[in-house]
Amino acid sequence: MCTYATVKTSLRGSAKGPDSSWFRVTDGTVYFDHPVHAMAEHTLNIDFADPSRGPSARVAVELTAASARDLVAAIQAALRSAPLALTT
Amino acid sequence: MSESLIAETVQITGQGGDHVEAYLARPADEGPRGGVVVIHHMPGYDRATKEIVRRFAELGYDAICPNLYWREAPGAAPDDAAATARAQGGVPDERLLGDVAGAGAYLRSRPSSNGKVGVIGYCSGGRQAVLVACNLNVDAAVDCYGAFVVGDPPEGFPLQVSNLVDQLPNLRAPLLGLFGNEDAHPSPEQVAELDRILIVNHKPHEFHRYDDAGHAFFAVDRPAYRVAAATDGWERISAFYTTHLGG
Repeated sequence: MCTYATVKTSLRGSAKGPDSSWFRVTDGTVYFDHPVHAMAEHTLNIDFADPSRGPSARVAVELTAASARDLVAAIQAALRSAPLALTT
Repeated sequence: MSESLIAETVQITGQGGDHVEAYLARPADEGPRGGVVVIHHMPGYDRATKEIVRRFAELGYDAICPNLYWREAPGAAPDDAAATARAQGGVPDERLLGDVAGAGAYLRSRPSSNGKVGVIGYCSGGRQAVLVACNLNVDAAVDCYGAFVVGDPPEGFPLQVSNLVDQLPNLRAPLLGLFGNEDAHPSPEQVAELDRILIVNHKPHEFHRYDDAGHAFFAVDRPAYRVAAATDGWERISAFYTTHLGG
């Protein structure tokens, strides 16, 4: 199916690529839909992007649902492991 | 069947007079022949879609696919363009209609045209093919597993899409529908509902439903590909267009 559902969020940070270049990330787009490249019928897809630099200023990730949940847990664990003062 | 083909990028005049990129594939001989407008799936104007366009040329049609994301991302890689269009809310129906109308007019203006044009769409393009057949003068339409022709999108839906139930009485071309019984959007129940609505409205249509197939079973580069469904589906499409486009 095409879920169409798209969740957008503003981000502050950086990402590497394309062309192995770093760029500032301003926007995150998250959706569960068909992947372009991953060998799964549906994946959790994340685009880290800076739309002001054009469509190619994007780092795309396609993860199986289980992998996406593992990633969420890993992110939360990493954030928890840091001193609270640094992550608020 | 055509052995020698010509494939190229062209510009068409789309919605609002905008110049829009399109991929054209056609037999090398003079014709006359019908035309097919291919509406690409949500992942965009990609290599797999262009293969489909060339296959229609091999079947003996002038075939064209407008790049529906050209305005958001001219010249971008197809996946980047699709991501940009998605983040901006997708393609509005009015713009889709204008771009497909431009693509159809381009085909009919060709010296090789027999005046007939069909439309086919995959995935989100399946819904759009039905939308086209309800609003534009086409001679045949093919809906490959389009979601939300009937049924309501989830609440808070971020893309500009609604179902077509109120438009179906205006369907003005025969419709071929190809669906997977393991698909959830459209579900088998939604396919049955669409079938009932078309029967009640006396709209000529032909539906085929495939077991062991879900969404996107024509997609040769994805795990969803199902050879039996796709092979039979191509045969159905070929026969349908031969009947209605004089292929």
